[in-house]
Amino acid sequence: MGAYFSEIFSGLWSLFIGMSITFREFFSPTVTVQYPYETLTMTARYRGHIDLIVGEEGKTNCVVCGMCEKACPSDCISLAGEKPEGGKKKELTKYTLDFTKCSLCGSCVESCNFNAIDFSKEYNLASTRKEDFYFDLLQRLKDRNP
Amino acid sequence: MSLTLLNVIVAVIIAIAFAALNAAYLVWAERRGAARIQRRPGPNINGPFGLFQPPLDGVKLMAKQLLIPGGVDKVLFMAAPVLAMAPAITSFVTLPFSDLIVGHNMHIGILLIFAFASIGGMSLLFAGWSSRNKYSMMSSVRAVSQAIAYEIPMLITVITVVMIAGTTDLMGIVKGQMGGFWHWNIFPFKAGLFNPLMLMSFLIFFTCSLAETNRAPFDLGEAESELVAGFHTEYGSMGFGLFFMAEYANIVIGASLTTILFLGGWDCPFGFFPGVWWFLLKIYLLIASFIWIRWTFPRTTIYGLLNLSWKILIPLSLFNLLLTAGLLKVF
Amino acid sequence: MSAPIKLRPDETFILNVGPQHPATHGVLRVKMEMDGEYIVNAETVIGYIHRMHEKMGELKTYSQFLMNLSRMDYLGALGYSHGHVLLIEKAAGIEVPERAEYIRAITVELNRIASHLFWFGAFVMDLGGFSPLMYALQDREYILDMLEAITGSRLTYSYYRFGGLYNDVDDDFIAAARRFIPRMRTSMKKYHKLVTGNIIFRKRLEGIAPLTPEICRKYGASSAVARGSGINFDVRKNEPYSVYPEFDFDVPVFHECDSLARYNVRMAEIEQSLRIIEQGLDKLPGGPIMPEKKLKAIKVPPGDYYQAVETARGSFGVRLVSDGGKTPYRLKLRSPTYSNMHLFDESCRGMLIMDALAFMGSLDLVIPEIDR
Repeated sequence: MGAYFSEIFSGLWSLFIGMSITFREFFSPTVTVQYPYETLTMTARYRGHIDLIVGEEGKTNCVVCGMCEKACPSDCISLAGEKPEGGKKKELTKYTLDFTKCSLCGSCVESCNFNAIDFSKEYNLASTRKEDFYFDLLQRLKDRNP
Repeated sequence: MSLTLLNVIVAVIIAIAFAALNAAYLVWAERRGAARIQRRPGPNINGPFGLFQPPLDGVKLMAKQLLIPGGVDKVLFMAAPVLAMAPAITSFVTLPFSDLIVGHNMHIGILLIFAFASIGGMSLLFAGWSSRNKYSMMSSVRAVSQAIAYEIPMLITVITVVMIAGTTDLMGIVKGQMGGFWHWNIFPFKAGLFNPLMLMSFLIFFTCSLAETNRAPFDLGEAESELVAGFHTEYGSMGFGLFFMAEYANIVIGASLTTILFLGGWDCPFGFFPGVWWFLLKIYLLIASFIWIRWTFPRTTIYGLLNLSWKILIPLSLFNLLLTAGLLKVF
Repeated sequence: MSAPIKLRPDETFILNVGPQHPATHGVLRVKMEMDGEYIVNAETVIGYIHRMHEKMGELKTYSQFLMNLSRMDYLGALGYSHGHVLLIEKAAGIEVPERAEYIRAITVELNRIASHLFWFGAFVMDLGGFSPLMYALQDREYILDMLEAITGSRLTYSYYRFGGLYNDVDDDFIAAARRFIPRMRTSMKKYHKLVTGNIIFRKRLEGIAPLTPEICRKYGASSAVARGSGINFDVRKNEPYSVYPEFDFDVPVFHECDSLARYNVRMAEIEQSLRIIEQGLDKLPGGPIMPEKKLKAIKVPPGDYYQAVETARGSFGVRLVSDGGKTPYRLKLRSPTYSNMHLFDESCRGMLIMDALAFMGSLDLVIPEIDR
């Protein structure tokens, strides 16, 4: 009999304690970010999809060594280059990223020894067509640096 | 006769308007309250403080197609949401909001409300059974066993109050409590009756009205993490909307009944200016605690719920009934 | 609560829980044979999100496959990466700087807390209480922010490398971690008041789904599932790896064997992880985070290697059979949830569906990690 009543009272008491906690939370400030109206800045190390780094004279640092292509676990990257007439180094002619397969692991950036690619800070990527995610990074470089 | 009929029709229209408005804005209050408890802002885009959200939601629900899944029992499937809403509205007609504002006062008002509340339980059974969905079926069986288990302690508690008031007339019950908070049924120092267990009776009645309205922590009929959405899994559009409105209308009725039976209805706690504002203040405070409770506690189990009813609530309310009867005899 | 009534196996119906169901938290399907609300028989059906990680491991080079490990379990990714890098380092004989090992331990423990917090929230949500999930996610958010600042992503970290780390932690991280510890301890008090002490919560879990130590051993259960049944087994203590012997921490073991014991183990583990982080931050040595000599392509000498680690979900093992080539000959990933889940079929017989789903929640299932 005593156990019966003590269970009722301790149970009821535990319910009141729980309610006091939610009561306190009710009057604490909100902690969420109102996403489309406010956004957070991305951290410096944020790994978005890759982008070519703008080197000297608005050109890329890429020497078409193909290390990133080899390092990529999902074969997202394909690049091509050719030697210009009279030039010594290869010049990049095509750099495409198939973002549909990319899992943002960052192996390509790590494997690059020439500081040619870096992560972009873009995260609002959504589309209903997969063609939108075949990025031509050379074109993007030109767009950024007209 | 014709005047009475007109009176009732006007009362029903006002009751529908009141129920619909309450349902719409209690959803808003529930969402805002839940959000504040969880430290989010809640709906705040449409209108100031998100106040346009409920009408917009209503428009959205009405604009949707009323889907009837293949193989359901069409008549019952269509009838269930209406059957959920109709008794809720009818109950409003007999509720006295103040000594002047009452649709149609009856001397058996409280019995009428309980009779209608039972029809509400039937609508859940219809909805679950006709949906041809195993989850809905399980949910409706749970809801019915819950309704049976909780109507008993609720009625015993009501009998206690009726014995004190000496009438089943809701207006009469309130009138017996007029004149300041020490006259209310919840407090033990009521003139001529020193029953220290009335606070417990209040808690029992409050718990039962939570269970009757299928609110958390007794929302076994809905149980979204087990039975997906319970009895209204297969409902969309305004069918779902009616269930939703009925739930909130029932909450308002539960809160009003608690106020009338225990908190002195429209009586002011300090004895001045009794009126409908006190009634509304009391029911909205009770509804706020309904919302507060819902967002604090986990759900009980079906056997936990039945144990609570049969092992705790019924014996205690019976004991209080006997005690009150004895005290009434003595004093 | 076991069935007080006699089950009638001749009058049953099949209830399909999942693959899309709010309680399975992913694409797990449980085919339940029900007698009313009682379960007569249950069969878990997995494989809806199978991604062939083991086969990928055979086809890709060691460093290409490294990224996959953090995608096995989206809640406790670092623990899985840790197991893999430890194995390859052991097999290929790579020396790891001490600082890197300490940072690994700190980040793994942070990730374990994040995972347990999410489990806590989701578990209470399974029981019908929604608000604790939001509080837990708020605390988890601090961890994700810290880890995002150093690793660059929020869930699939890819932070560890063979021989060390992708990049070093900065002072901001250390300060944030130090701030986090007392805040988390305050929150734990709040959770215990709000949830652990709550009578409804206790009534739902006490004595529900008793798992005997025998059944845990039979199915190879680990983590809180085993420790809630009185089996004192933690890979960090029993087969010490990395710098864990340097830390002073306890392995919480409960002997009640019910769902509440499993809950208590995980809540106590959060506190132990906080202790490890605290000690790790105090002892964190300076120095490099990668070996002095830059590593070339990893070559593993022929042989058979195994490494187990304690992840948030239990004992995770990687077995590598190498023939000396660029890619492994065979890579076996022993996922802890796979073993933990399979005891569900046998243990849930005769339970009510709502108890069974609470029991499933207490197992802490992460479906992509079962299917891997």
